[in-house]
Amino acid sequence: MTDQSPYDLEALGVSKNFGSFSAVKEVSFDIPSGSFFSILGPSGCGKTTLMRMIAGFEEPSGGDIRIKGKSVLGTPPNRRNVKMVFQHLALFPMMNVYENIAYGLRCNGASSAEIKRKVHDVLERIALPDVAEREIHQLSGGQKQRIAIARCMVLDPDVLLLDEPLGALDLKLREAMKIELKLLQHQFNTTFVYITHDQSEALVMSDNVAIMNQGEFEQIGTPQELYHHPKTAFVAGFVGDSNRWSGVVKASDSTGGRVETEQGLPMSFSSAGEAAIQEGSKVNIFVRPEFIKTVRANDAGQQADIGDNRRDGSVDSLLFNGANSRILVRTGSGELVEADVTLTGDNDLKPGEDVHLVWSAKQAMCFAEQGNA
Amino acid sequence: MQNKDIKRLSLILLFAPFALWIILLIMLPHIGMVILSLKEKVAPRVYQYSFANYLEFINEPIYWNTLLRTGSMSLLVTALALLIGFPIAYYIAKIAGPRSRGGLFLLCLIPLWVSDLIRAFGWILLLRETGVISNFLLWTGLVGAPVEFLYNDVAVIIGLTYTVILFMIVPLVSTLDGMDNSMIEAGYNLGGNGFTVLRRIIVPYAMPGIVAGCIVTFMLTAGSYLTPILLGGKNSSWFTEQIYNQFITRFNWEGGAAFGMLLLLFTSLVIWLGLKLSGQTLANTEAKS
Amino acid sequence: MLAQNKTTPFLLGYRLYVIAFFIFLAAPLISAGAFAFNDSLFPALPWQGFTLDWFFGDTEPKLGMFHDRRLLQGLYYSFVIANFVAALSVFVGTTNAFLFVRGEFPGKNFFYILMVVPLVIPGVILGISILVLASDTANYVENRYDLELEFLRPGLLLVVLGQFSFIATITSLVITARLKKFDDTMEEAAFNLGASRARVLRTITLPFLRPAMIAAGSVAFLVAFEYFITTLFLVGSLAPLTISMYDRMAKVGSSPVLNAVSFFLMVGSGLLALLSIVVQRD
Repeated sequence: MTDQSPYDLEALGVSKNFGSFSAVKEVSFDIPSGSFFSILGPSGCGKTTLMRMIAGFEEPSGGDIRIKGKSVLGTPPNRRNVKMVFQHLALFPMMNVYENIAYGLRCNGASSAEIKRKVHDVLERIALPDVAEREIHQLSGGQKQRIAIARCMVLDPDVLLLDEPLGALDLKLREAMKIELKLLQHQFNTTFVYITHDQSEALVMSDNVAIMNQGEFEQIGTPQELYHHPKTAFVAGFVGDSNRWSGVVKASDSTGGRVETEQGLPMSFSSAGEAAIQEGSKVNIFVRPEFIKTVRANDAGQQADIGDNRRDGSVDSLLFNGANSRILVRTGSGELVEADVTLTGDNDLKPGEDVHLVWSAKQAMCFAEQGNA
Repeated sequence: MQNKDIKRLSLILLFAPFALWIILLIMLPHIGMVILSLKEKVAPRVYQYSFANYLEFINEPIYWNTLLRTGSMSLLVTALALLIGFPIAYYIAKIAGPRSRGGLFLLCLIPLWVSDLIRAFGWILLLRETGVISNFLLWTGLVGAPVEFLYNDVAVIIGLTYTVILFMIVPLVSTLDGMDNSMIEAGYNLGGNGFTVLRRIIVPYAMPGIVAGCIVTFMLTAGSYLTPILLGGKNSSWFTEQIYNQFITRFNWEGGAAFGMLLLLFTSLVIWLGLKLSGQTLANTEAKS
Repeated sequence: MLAQNKTTPFLLGYRLYVIAFFIFLAAPLISAGAFAFNDSLFPALPWQGFTLDWFFGDTEPKLGMFHDRRLLQGLYYSFVIANFVAALSVFVGTTNAFLFVRGEFPGKNFFYILMVVPLVIPGVILGISILVLASDTANYVENRYDLELEFLRPGLLLVVLGQFSFIATITSLVITARLKKFDDTMEEAAFNLGASRARVLRTITLPFLRPAMIAAGSVAFLVAFEYFITTLFLVGSLAPLTISMYDRMAKVGSSPVLNAVSFFLMVGSGLLALLSIVVQRD
């Protein structure tokens, strides 16, 4: 009886050392068939090394990698059914589009008729049916992306790896490609593993995201989980924007507690469901700008009790960015706090105005300070 | 593991042609030459090792005179090539428009495609008594009788400079091409004039190219055979001619080998001095692609 | 542009200098080639009319180049020699490129300098050193084993080896420069798509190197065809073209048939150079 694993790709305790340097430390994850999985992390976190191990260009120092249930550790890179879209696409300039896509099929020994059929089939699926005869340099950036993907997909891989493929595109094209990639993944129903340092790419496209930092996975979860319920200070700070305070816990129980910030002011937080943080321990508190409400000092009194936390200050500057506008408020204790606002152009806040910032304890995420947070 | 063995095998396979080439055609022959130069013919078919060949070189003034003459004229030719060639290289690298640049560079290379012999032949036809220049001067009335421009040092220098100037221009163009124009513009912007910009910015930057060019032109000039002989005639006395005489005319291979070694040592010495004086190394001038 | 910083008369003078330089470059070549068409027994003025006899004439004293047995033989041998040298040099040049761009081994810098050294050794030394080694080996074998190794005596093989000894450096440098520009991820992509090592080499890497290999091959061919000094010491009874010409000049004096050969060689080299550039444009 064959063991049909529900996971297309599994990693079990994979690690990679270069001499004394640990690039990847005991990483484990499994990716269900047909899902879009992203590995998100800053430069140098080890995600490229991890991807190269999956593709077979590096050998793990420890652990196992399984594709559709079978270990691939001994298999050389040209025999694994894991195809990769490289960062700069690596399309072959000395061949036209047809030959590029046909390359893998030729290596497998497919017949000319079969190659022709499959190439035209995949070109249809990426909505570029007429470009088969074109040379690579005649294609636009977005078209090259799709050809690079088609070149892999025509081989019907178990897993498709994508190594930061959108980096070279300009902003508008990048936004369009994110949607396209998501649609392509649904179309082919293949497992996509996408590595990037750009969180908007990861959050928009993925079913699940793994946050990677210094060779380890800090958290794996859906985009919403990572955004609203980060498990570590790194994830809270890396995903989305947030204001940050350090302080010492003054009182704490399982539902939350109170912290005295460095500036000597109190702040209430809700626990993230973990064990209560010990009193007296050093912590970092994260609050996202969209949860901080800004109230004119003159209007206070009507909404003064909306939040558990409050800071008073004056507007330092306005950052206009359409729907993502922010204000910077200089509090009385000297901190600079970012809060989201809607600038309608009509009776907007102005620099110098006195304001109150209020937010709920539920939106204050608190994490014990790590040695090197 | 299999991967490592394949890597090692392919490394050995790649190294083999290189090793065969260098060992069989460069190293062993030169070692053989050193050994041969130390042999002395004491009696028919009897040889012993000694410095006799080198002593003969030192004792006969004509030999080391020729070597010194070759060396000094080669230095002169190198300097000339640099002076004449640098403005040309600069023009091609910096001033010519992008379309004409490729064309000009190619034009520069054309004499290279043609043999040493043909170039010398061409100069003979121009410079000799019945040649083009002499006839031209007669025709314009500037001289009363045909003039012989050949068979003297100036002709040799002209011919040699012609032959080697391209080897000076090519590395210079390559180096100057890599120079960011904004460096020069910054020099002017900060108040320099053409001369200071040249002296303080362009020349120091181009130094590796200059030294590379000089090394190649010097060695080529010192090692020339055809041009000095054909253009210099009986008075040429170029050292390579001495080597040829020893080997082919006199069949004195031992002496010829010694002379060859001396030429090598002499030119290497000059180059080493030049490198030391200009502060470059062989690695960062020649071995740069 | 930089030119704007200099005054116009200076720029004009500069341009004149450049033009004068190119006239200087062209002068001997024009004179060598032009006299091939002069209807005179000597390559000298006065001009006595246009003729193609020095190419195609078949009677003495105006024996044209294409009827001169000695010269035609020289042409043939030069062609053969150049072919072998070009083939060998491109082969070794390619292996050297892979060796130095991809290989990891101790002393790599030292060996790289060793690779460049043949270019700086005077041609005379290359010639005599190879002659000495070959003759010594041949003599030794003859004395010890009573075996006559013809190929080690001055002749075509030695000429090929002598040219090859330094032309291999030229081809190595040209091909190495090209290989350095190769994007390694293309090879990885090809592996990823299922290609074997041999296939990747054949379909990805070597096609990329092709323009450089052709350029190197053309340079090698041209230099080997006409190079004089090293050949002078290694030549046996079968003389390449430039040796034959030199002989002719020394014994008979300059004759317009040599100009005809010069013209032919110049045009031939030019065509070959053009061809290699056109191919590189792809």
